[in-house]
Amino acid sequence: MRDAGKTYDPELWKSMVDMGWAGILVPESAGGSDMGHAAACVLAEEMGKTLAASPFLSTAVIAATALRQVTDQRASEALARIASGDATYALAVDESAKFDPAKTRMEARAEGNGFRLSGQKKFVADGGNADRLLVLARTGEDLTLFDLPADREGISRDGKEMIDSRDSADIRFNDVAATGDEVLGQVGEAMAVLRPALEAGQAALAAEMTGLAAGALGTTIEYLKERKQFGVPIGAFQALQHRAAHLWCECEVTASAILHAGRMLDNDPENATLAVSLAKARASDTAQRAVQEGVQMHGGIGMTDAFDMGFYMKRARVAAEWLGDYGYHANIVAQSRGF
Amino acid sequence: MEATDLQAFRADLRAWLEENCPQEMRDGRNDEASICWGGKNWNFASEAQRIWLERCVTKGYTVPTWPVEYGGAGLNREQEKIFHEEMRRLNARYPLQSFGIWMLGPALLHFGTHEQKLHYLPPIARGEIRWCQGYSEPGAGSDLASLQTRCEDKGDHWLVNGQKIWTSYADKADWIFALVRTDREAPKHKGISFVLIDMQSEGVSTRPIRLISGVSPFCETFFDNVKVPKDQVVGEVNRGWDVAKYLLTHEREMISAAGGTMGSGRALGAVLAESETGLTDPILRADAMRAEIDGLAIGLTLERYKDQAEAGQGAGDASAMLKYMGTELNKRKLELVMAAGGSDALAWEDGRAPNWLRTKANSIEGGTSEVMLSIIAKRVLGLPG
Repeated sequence: MRDAGKTYDPELWKSMVDMGWAGILVPESAGGSDMGHAAACVLAEEMGKTLAASPFLSTAVIAATALRQVTDQRASEALARIASGDATYALAVDESAKFDPAKTRMEARAEGNGFRLSGQKKFVADGGNADRLLVLARTGEDLTLFDLPADREGISRDGKEMIDSRDSADIRFNDVAATGDEVLGQVGEAMAVLRPALEAGQAALAAEMTGLAAGALGTTIEYLKERKQFGVPIGAFQALQHRAAHLWCECEVTASAILHAGRMLDNDPENATLAVSLAKARASDTAQRAVQEGVQMHGGIGMTDAFDMGFYMKRARVAAEWLGDYGYHANIVAQSRGF
Repeated sequence: MEATDLQAFRADLRAWLEENCPQEMRDGRNDEASICWGGKNWNFASEAQRIWLERCVTKGYTVPTWPVEYGGAGLNREQEKIFHEEMRRLNARYPLQSFGIWMLGPALLHFGTHEQKLHYLPPIARGEIRWCQGYSEPGAGSDLASLQTRCEDKGDHWLVNGQKIWTSYADKADWIFALVRTDREAPKHKGISFVLIDMQSEGVSTRPIRLISGVSPFCETFFDNVKVPKDQVVGEVNRGWDVAKYLLTHEREMISAAGGTMGSGRALGAVLAESETGLTDPILRADAMRAEIDGLAIGLTLERYKDQAEAGQGAGDASAMLKYMGTELNKRKLELVMAAGGSDALAWEDGRAPNWLRTKANSIEGGTSEVMLSIIAKRVLGLPG
């Protein structure tokens, strides 16, 4: 896909929609399967293992969770369009090189019954191709979340060529009109809608990274069994055995944090923050460790572009940064643990 | 079990703990000076410690998951979780800890005869008999199965000769469970038996080994023509390695449990914040945050494996992972505790140094970290050699 110059494959997404994945968090009344966050994490993990590029996280996890926090007819129709594959979404939050929604500066100025949005968003994952954008902006002191069509007048998208070859865009908003109806939730209360959506996305992204780590580890184990040097499989060398075994341990421990986050989001979403940040922090760490160890244990072939390890490595780097890096989530854990 | 039954269980338990746990036992302490080990020669550190043990014994709460007939409370997995949650809610100390509870008990429950269980388990539950573990020998450390302590069949009794080392608390224990060689011709794993020996038997002697922490929790134990009754072998003769392996997985889980802290034990941040230098140093704070994150995730892993074991999927080789990750983390944590303590922690009377030094053995005892990694590499990952 990368070599064809594409960041996103509509056919792949269509087949995911046909399997019901787009509606995994959409209520049955809106045409979804409503299987919950733990199930969404299982899917995300598989996608991580196979490096599948799709708007699954942005649309089926983040946008669907945001829309579910709102109970009006408009939100219900939007959820139905997600489940049926008629709409994809991207979340436009970041404005600087680090994720931090509280520092949002982009302004939504009240005008008549609506708003005018001006400013710039960065690192909008899936933002180059999405049909709709969830946009976080400041209305006075407080934050408000908008649900806008991506082709609204005044929106210009600048697709970036990212190291992981996925869709990402910088998006400029030049006096973009938004109606009151396009506010998701209440004016000035973006976090009521956005917090659950972010946590769902962070957990699923952590699951994707865990799958990625497992993929990198699995590839590496196979190589250790096949590759011969000094007349024996290199996996017979204790130095490499211990590197691989340690990595497996890290993957197992992180997998527990992912399972726990999915369960907390399903059973006790009000108190899931610690579990989600723990999962994202651990997954960011483990995935990056897995790809670095993977390259080292593969030796020279791990450095070649023809080989998958490089794709794992580049995706791990991007995913570690998206929706809050290790430090961001470590601070959340620390706050709730008496630091 | 129905949710309403569990709620009722929790309510009853909470009321009982509120009523019966002495105030002095509600400080959550779990260091060497606060643990109640029990045994014939046990001197209670306080009246509260004695009362707390006595009351828990009547309810089976020293060994909550053991069957009632063997001195436990017969709790299932869900109830056990609630038990630990409620204990933590009160910050209650565990009333009794011992190798009998952690290691021999599970092995007897799995391999012992009904008579052996009835004979040996209730005194463990009541804290009356203190056990120690005779595994390692001077020539058999990581290569445990090469052990040479000889156990000969003399018709109406066994005769034991040899030496054990690193026997924790052998000088304080009433009995020892030991691995001995009953067949010198068989391949090394096939000639080992698991025997129970009264430390008062003629010919048993111990010598403490002074450690870097200044104390002597470990001993050398010598067996010189020790007579052992025939019914004190657990499991089949020459199949003791099976018992040993089973017991080792429990030992590893027990040691690794010390590292995990999801809800159990105190948050590292809170512990370090009490130090004068506390968490003001950014590098110390960052290291502590990492350790806290890893500890929470390891704690969740411990729970996950317990749930799997409950569902009939044995943790098996995964206990090697828990042991490795838990002990390595524990060492990191105590390094942080010392760093946070600064020069205050360097005086022996401060009390932090012995705990810090003690953790250095965690990644050696019960199988070294390197042995754990080799087990994982071969049995889990299927790597050759």
